[in-house]
Formats: sequence, structure tokens, C-alpha cells
Amino acid sequence: MADTHAHKSPNYMAVWAWLAILTVLEIGAYFMPPPSKYPILLALALAKAALVALYFMHLRFDVKTLSAIAVTPLLIATLLVFFLMPDHRGVEHRTAESAKAAAPKP
Amino acid sequence: MSEVALHHPGVEPAESPLTPESWGKLGMWIFLAGDAVGFGVLLASYGAARASSGDWPPPAVHLGINIPGIMTFLLICSSVTMVKALEAIRLGRLGAARRFLLMTIAGGLLFLGMQGYEWTHLIEQGMRMFGNPWGAALFGASFFIITGFHGLHVTGGVIYLGVVTAAISRFPDREYDYMITEVAGLYWHFVDLVWIMVFTLIYLL
Repeated sequence: MADTHAHKSPNYMAVWAWLAILTVLEIGAYFMPPPSKYPILLALALAKAALVALYFMHLRFDVKTLSAIAVTPLLIATLLVFFLMPDHRGVEHRTAESAKAAAPKP
Repeated sequence: MSEVALHHPGVEPAESPLTPESWGKLGMWIFLAGDAVGFGVLLASYGAARASSGDWPPPAVHLGINIPGIMTFLLICSSVTMVKALEAIRLGRLGAARRFLLMTIAGGLLFLGMQGYEWTHLIEQGMRMFGNPWGAALFGASFFIITGFHGLHVTGGVIYLGVVTAAISRFPDREYDYMITEVAGLYWHFVDLVWIMVFTLIYLL
């Protein structure tokens, strides 16, 4: 157990500062024009999530088994997005108005 | 391999070079992986519902960014106090660890208070599970279910951290306290990590 504590603590305040800076950048990116802002927002969110997992959850300093356990659901969730694609490629876009129009009249 | 294993090879088939250094940590990680798939399903189906809708309301316009932005910052800060608590235990400063844990709990409670305020405000504006004045009906369902499920995790986390804080006071043993705080910390940081994704996917995109 003693060697568990052997690694020096990372600089938590630096991680905190990065997370705060990335959050501010994200809110700034929200005001960018629509098509280009989506990948930027996603990249910033993933960077923040990675910082939390690597430093606060110690994945960077832990045995690799734990990283493998952490990454598996990410892969499953990514696959899921593709599995769900037929759901919206195959049907025409519905709106509240069109749904109302399609409903049987009393 | 432990000393016991070397001296009594017959008594402990359960320990091998593959034995994790902490069963608690391994258990929590496996739980979190399952929980992450739960959130992944919710977020992916939210994406599918939104992509197949022609009149999804612009989220930030109706949900706002200021309050969720501050909530994000709160959880980030509470994650820092959480790792500081663990660091304090490693250094043998149990009193400081308790104070950091109480600060983490306060961050969680403040987060929940802001979420309550936000929900009340949105419900007053006419946002419901299956309808709202602005467009696609599922806008409300996806928002309330995903942020609500996350809020439940924060609530559970606050209770969990309360139990850990009490345990540290009752059993001032450094190894034990380090172990339970590290495992609880994994859960708390996970809740922070999920909110980071929720903030971007539900509010900003």
C-alpha cells in the first residue's frame, strides 16, 4: 500500500486553473458562428474531461487496468451514437407543428 | 505478492500478481464504467432525438449559460477540495482533510441549490417534461431527465461524502482513511466529469 502514495501529488491548482480557463474559452466559443463552433466545443469538453480523469482521478499514475476500464464505456457510447444514426437519417424531420397536422382530427 | 503469500502458499489462492492494489478502487471503477454507459445512453438518445427534430429550441437561449457556467465552476472547485482532502490524509493531517471534505460537501449542496433555482425558473416559464412554449416537446424531457439524473448523483455524492467525513472522525487510521477517501473521490470526480459533458452537450451546443 505504501508505494501507492509514492507518486508526488500533481499540481492540483494548475489543473484547477486549466479547467477554469478551458471553461471560459468554451463559453467564448459558444458565441462563434454555428458550424465551426461544434468541434471546438466538443474538443474543449473532452480536454476538460481528460484533465479530470488523468489528474483528479489519478489515471495517469495508476495501473493501466483502470484506464482500460475507464475507456471501455467511452468506446461503447461512441458506437451507440453510430447505432442511433439510422433513427434520424431514415425519417423526415418532425416539428411540433407537423406532428399536430398529422394527428387525426376529432 | 504479500508476505503471507510467500510464507503460507496454501492459504491464499486469492492473491496473485494480478490482485489489484485496492479492491475498493477497482470496484468503484467498475461501477463508474457501468454508470458512464448509463449517461452515454441518455446523451446519445438525446442527440438522436434532437437530430431528428426540425424545431429543437436553441438551448442556451432558453436555459441560459450564466447559471450552468457558475455550476460548472463550482463542481471544478469541489473536485479540487476533494483531491486536497486526500492529499491532507496522505500527509497525516486529518483535521485539514475533514475541513476539505466539508468544503466539497458545501460545493455539492450549493450546486443542488442552483439547480433547484434553475428548474423552478424553467418550470415557471412553462417548460414541462412533454411540452414547452418554444418547440420540440422532447426538449423538456431530455433536459429534466439528464440534468435530473446528474442531480441525483450529486445528492448521492453529498450523502456519501458525509458518511466518509464521519468515518474519518470515528476511525482516525491513516491507511483506512486514505482508502475510503480515495474511492469516494473517484465517484465525486466522475460526477464532475459527467457535468462537464452535460454542460457542453445540453447547454452550449
